Amino acid sequence: MAAVFTPGLKVAEHAIVHKDRRLPLKGQVTVQVGDTVTADQVVARTELPGKIYPVNLANKLGVDPGRLTEFLLKGEGDKVENGEVIGRTNGFMGFFKAEASAIVTGTIESVSTITGQVIFQADPIPVEIDAYMNGKVVEVVPDEGCVVQSAATFVQGIFGLGGETKGLLTMGVEAPTDRLEASSINESMAGKIIIGGAYLDLAGLQRAIDVGAIGVVTGGFDYDEIKEVLGYEVGVAITGGEDLGLTLIVTEGFGSIQMAPATFDLLKSKVGKRASINGATQIRAGVMRPEVVVTFDEQEVPDELVSAPEPVGISIGDQVRGIRAPYFGSLGKVAGLPVEPVVLDSGSKARVMQVEFENGEVAVLPRANVEAIER
Amino acid sequence: MSNPTENSPRLKLRSVLATDCGSTTTKAILIEKVGEEYRQTWRGEAPTTVEAPFEDVTRGVVNAATEVQELSGRKLVTEDGGILTPEQDSNEGVDIYISTSSAGGGLQVVVGGVVRTMSAESATRAALGAGAIVMDTFATNDKRRPHEQIERIRQLRPDMILMAGGTDGGTRKHVVALAERIRAARPRTRLGGGFNLPVIYAGNKDVRPEISELLNEVCDLQLVNNVRPVLEDEDLGPARDKIHDLFMEHVMAQAPGYDKLMTWTDAPIMPTPGAVGLIMQTIARQRGINILGVDIGGATTDVFSVFTEIFNRTVSANLGMSYSVSNVLAEAGLPAILRWVPFDINEKMLRNRIGNKMIRPTTIPQTLEELKIEQAIAREALRLAFIQHKEFAVGLKGVQQDRTIADAFRQSGDDSLVQMMELDLLVGSGGVLSHAPRRVQSMRMMIDAFAPEGITQLAVDSIFMMPHLGVLSTVNEEAATQVFEKDCIIYLGTCVAPLGAVKAGQPALKVSLEMPGGKVIDEVLDSMELRLYQASHDDEVQATLTPLQRQLDLGAGPGKPLTKTLRGGVVGIVIDTRGRPDIQIPTEPNERVAMLDRWVRALGEYPDEEGG
Repeated sequence: MAAVFTPGLKVAEHAIVHKDRRLPLKGQVTVQVGDTVTADQVVARTELPGKIYPVNLANKLGVDPGRLTEFLLKGEGDKVENGEVIGRTNGFMGFFKAEASAIVTGTIESVSTITGQVIFQADPIPVEIDAYMNGKVVEVVPDEGCVVQSAATFVQGIFGLGGETKGLLTMGVEAPTDRLEASSINESMAGKIIIGGAYLDLAGLQRAIDVGAIGVVTGGFDYDEIKEVLGYEVGVAITGGEDLGLTLIVTEGFGSIQMAPATFDLLKSKVGKRASINGATQIRAGVMRPEVVVTFDEQEVPDELVSAPEPVGISIGDQVRGIRAPYFGSLGKVAGLPVEPVVLDSGSKARVMQVEFENGEVAVLPRANVEAIER
Repeated sequence: MSNPTENSPRLKLRSVLATDCGSTTTKAILIEKVGEEYRQTWRGEAPTTVEAPFEDVTRGVVNAATEVQELSGRKLVTEDGGILTPEQDSNEGVDIYISTSSAGGGLQVVVGGVVRTMSAESATRAALGAGAIVMDTFATNDKRRPHEQIERIRQLRPDMILMAGGTDGGTRKHVVALAERIRAARPRTRLGGGFNLPVIYAGNKDVRPEISELLNEVCDLQLVNNVRPVLEDEDLGPARDKIHDLFMEHVMAQAPGYDKLMTWTDAPIMPTPGAVGLIMQTIARQRGINILGVDIGGATTDVFSVFTEIFNRTVSANLGMSYSVSNVLAEAGLPAILRWVPFDINEKMLRNRIGNKMIRPTTIPQTLEELKIEQAIAREALRLAFIQHKEFAVGLKGVQQDRTIADAFRQSGDDSLVQMMELDLLVGSGGVLSHAPRRVQSMRMMIDAFAPEGITQLAVDSIFMMPHLGVLSTVNEEAATQVFEKDCIIYLGTCVAPLGAVKAGQPALKVSLEMPGGKVIDEVLDSMELRLYQASHDDEVQATLTPLQRQLDLGAGPGKPLTKTLRGGVVGIVIDTRGRPDIQIPTEPNERVAMLDRWVRALGEYPDEEGG
């Protein structure tokens, strides 16, 4: 039982961060290894196949599917324009002619002489991927994308909504224990990422959206308000594709919980800098956490890809946070690591650690309910 | 892969190492012949290593095996990091090594058919029986328009597609239309790797040439017997076997390290739920009983049943206790969870706690209050998964069964095979049930969630070894059943619950129990009671149970007394007069809390209720 701790969220003033920038389908990579890139620079592009539109032309023309090709003016693979006549019957003595048109601009994907179905494919949709953060290209995967590496301040949250965006950081509160109130959000925050404190309510979030802020970072948020924002419940923590008008990053969890002072102070020290943020969260296989990345002005980026170190165990003196009631959100340091399992108040037997909290209280917590604060 | 029959290990099997590579943990058990019987002797576990930075499943396997090696003193791991087979002597090696796997999200299948309640349902049954997670089921009458179906097939990244449709000699046009949609979508595999997606065609055999022409180019097409050759018959075996073959050839071969793992095992690696289903079927067949089994995990809940020899499995992909816990809240609703919480709690706080469990899925309840909340959620996850199972487990026999035309048109939930009065054994598995601090808590959760009727035995899987035993049963059924009986299953006891709505405040049941040693207990239970009688699994308790309300039925008919021998277990015999099929719980909050408090005290579920 070597791995008895939960790897924590990273809150690092200076970290080597790398981002995989992959196309959804094979395409063209526009950068090379060693290139210095800016956050908005396109690094790869491709074309996604257009939507598919099946239409039963045999029915439309009133002909047997087996004879459909006799009446088509275009065949498989041909380009068509929306509204263009592509099938016509001769009718009877010049009367009762039937015509069928393309319903989209694109190509004819297939013609079935069994079902009479003609499948149209709309023109491809161009897709571009940018670098997301300033940095250096350290790896190129041919036709697929690249890896960008940066030296940056890197803060992970626990849960987020909304995808990638970039903007200047601005403060919305004075202290990590403060609530970010709607009244303290104003028009000057348009296009910016607002740093909050312990809590953000629905009114505050709505105000941030209304003034045109592009992101909010908060310690806590109420779980039931997600449904109010999105119109549906997030039952499984796989997010990133939401369209709520901004990107929301929660650093501690659901409820009102002061933002960890280290996180708050670090973000505060970067006010006025441009940050890249992403709310995408995936708790299952291939864990992904929401993040704030602030790259340094002067890049000191290694040319080679620097792999993340394998997580190491927790030692006495390490900074930790409680991640479950009754110590949820409490910060402290490891005071003891007893080897033998202990019976908890719940009656379960588990391996535990002693934690000395910031208020001086020493408590015993299951190791599973403690997270290292990684720097 | 070596053949397990080589050197006749089937005849003289002495030792087995079995692993289950789960999505988070790889669990290894050692099974040894002790005297004349097989016993599970040691276990070890280690984090699964399918993902970065390791990306090699065998590292987790070796780590788990090393833990068993250290505990048992038997050398299991070779110098170059493999599993040592066959057994050299009692301290070195094992005769066979076998494994199951659900790592990397298990086996994910998309199913297609012509009619949703006919061929598509048969194909779904075949996929689920093989241990798959069905990502979506397409049918020509599923109310989505063709372009919507094509978009959806494009978005999904399954491991394979199982396509049925049409009886042999039946519809061609609809089957071809379905294949045209698959072709247009050009589906891609989840794991990538430049391979074409396997598509199993198990529909109208007369349409095979057209299907081949349409799909050969864009997929790795496999043709098997029709799952629905005629309207009244179902033939799921060939499709199921092909899914297993492709699971090995494609899914496993592409998952990190599995190519190596496949050369180590002495029997094909099975999907974990497929193996659990196998052991359930084996036990039901050997004892001639009806079984209901559940495995509740962090992300999914699997339900298995064997009623009158018919096997069914369902997987509720988004009902679980950690990753999916918020989805239980979303599907059940807060009031449904609250009705099992035996104290007052602020609703917003409860929602936040559930949300926090979703984002910190590895945490465990530290306080009693947290444990009670978790067990309340578990009841709802189990209940919802069971409802889904009952709706699915209808009509058809697993491999092949004759049905009348009338039956064929009546398949959607109104004639479930799952009849609780006929259930003999209810088996629970998964963290919240297997690792509850007190076994009585597991028993209560299962009684509340499944509401067994009449006389039902309850048990839990001690340390989650049913997958291991399932795959072992394919090599040596005797060893698998011996270990199942001796080490895997822990009998909790028997639940006695009359069917029928109870009249509150009135006597419901007269109970006469002749305990071992001759002591006789004669008692009358009022409605809305739970009462526990201590008795072990070895004890035989002669029970005469007489309903005191006309409508109540224990299996002998409404109002009629029943005399039966009951067995206890680590908990005992629980008599439940709270009404069936729905357990009656007060809706008024204060009344509800008082009633729940009475029930937990009656069974001594939690330490703070012991004095009660």
